[in-house]
Amino acid sequence: MKAAEFDYFRVKSLEEACQLLADAGPEDERKIIAGGQTLVPLMAMRFARPTHLIDIADVAELAGIDVQGETVVVGAMTRQRDVERSSEIAAALPLLTKAVNWVGHQQTRNRGTVGGSIAHGDPSAEIPLTAAMLEATLIARSATGSRDIPIDGFFEGAMITAIEPEEILTEIHFPVWQDAGTLGTAFHEVSSRQSDFAVVSAAAQIVRGGDGACVRAAVGVGGCAPGPVKLRAAEEILTGTALDETAIEQALDTIDAAIEPDSDLHGTADYRRRVARVLVGRAIRDAAADALQEKAA
Amino acid sequence: MIRKDVSLTINGRAYSANIPPRLTLVDFIRDEANLTGTHVGCEHGVCGACTVHVDGVPVRSCLMFAVQAEGHEVSTVEGFTEPDGSPGTLQDSFWEAHAMQCGYCTPGMIMTAAALLEEDPDPSEENIREAISGNLCRCTGYQQITEAIALAAKRLKEEPADA
Repeated sequence: MKAAEFDYFRVKSLEEACQLLADAGPEDERKIIAGGQTLVPLMAMRFARPTHLIDIADVAELAGIDVQGETVVVGAMTRQRDVERSSEIAAALPLLTKAVNWVGHQQTRNRGTVGGSIAHGDPSAEIPLTAAMLEATLIARSATGSRDIPIDGFFEGAMITAIEPEEILTEIHFPVWQDAGTLGTAFHEVSSRQSDFAVVSAAAQIVRGGDGACVRAAVGVGGCAPGPVKLRAAEEILTGTALDETAIEQALDTIDAAIEPDSDLHGTADYRRRVARVLVGRAIRDAAADALQEKAA
Repeated sequence: MIRKDVSLTINGRAYSANIPPRLTLVDFIRDEANLTGTHVGCEHGVCGACTVHVDGVPVRSCLMFAVQAEGHEVSTVEGFTEPDGSPGTLQDSFWEAHAMQCGYCTPGMIMTAAALLEEDPDPSEENIREAISGNLCRCTGYQQITEAIALAAKRLKEEPADA
């Protein structure tokens, strides 16, 4: 349970980090380390054997939360704990606040970062699910420039993302819904122990208009495919309805076709399908109720 | 072998060493600083036995390389004893409430409890259980640990604050 040998650089700037990635030799596997809460266990178990670690903890420009009207920009190096405690995030992106509460434990959230969670792309991770559902945009930087990566297609497989070896994830742009009405959110998951990896996770964000009808819905499920799944068909069915039981059950009927769960130690594929339906239903109903509560407040 | 110089503070004392980057913080604390109160459990971030504070917040010291702690302040369970080396209030409460059997998880539990009580001096049982949810104990069933932390909270409130 000890990591293989590696060389270590602690950089002071993003440029320095990009240059170190660009200078990688053909035999090198240079990895960025932010909080290390996913990478270090992988290294301890020798699933990952980077030759060089580039530590970005001191790069101040990579950490921070900036609410810019229709977008919340979260720096990749922002600690999960800072998101959990941010009143700005709670107001603009309540779903992210709820999701982060499910991420690991206090001890790991104190170190773990938002960017690290997304860059690793664990299929059951909460922050990637939230980003996928809300269609966040990811910004990646390399020595040759910066590019926007849409989240759709970003998670290419379990623990495989669209970030190239010479790139660093720098920012996550979460959209803030501007629709008239009241917003409700909910996040649920099932795991074998509290805050352990989710067997299945589910989330919903819903806006209800003045008449209570669903104006807009985002629904997603984690742990049921190589990456988080945005349940577009369910969202379409819910939109425009009164969020009555008939509409919700119809929406839930679309889940089976949208997911492709595997069986593993923690649950069979069939179990995951059944839990997905229950948890997504719970998330939709809770988000719908949450939107009504906000109206009353 | 690749080696790096590292300097960090543990319980207020400065330590410097030339170490391989792959050395974890917990191994540094135990083998370089010879502070063996911090325990090594699973070595991949699951059990919480190695919990220490870095810059005042609890972290798993098996999920940090010592080189990452360069320039930072670490505190360990040894930092919670009285100046004469006798158990501090939190440690004594664990003894009083029989909150340990084998004792393996105890340093991690103490460090997690210390962070909880700093933020919430009067925690509910639910908050105590939530706080220690990242620390595994295979002996006690957690009941006495929960009681010990509640006892420590009560005692710390009654004690005159240190000047």
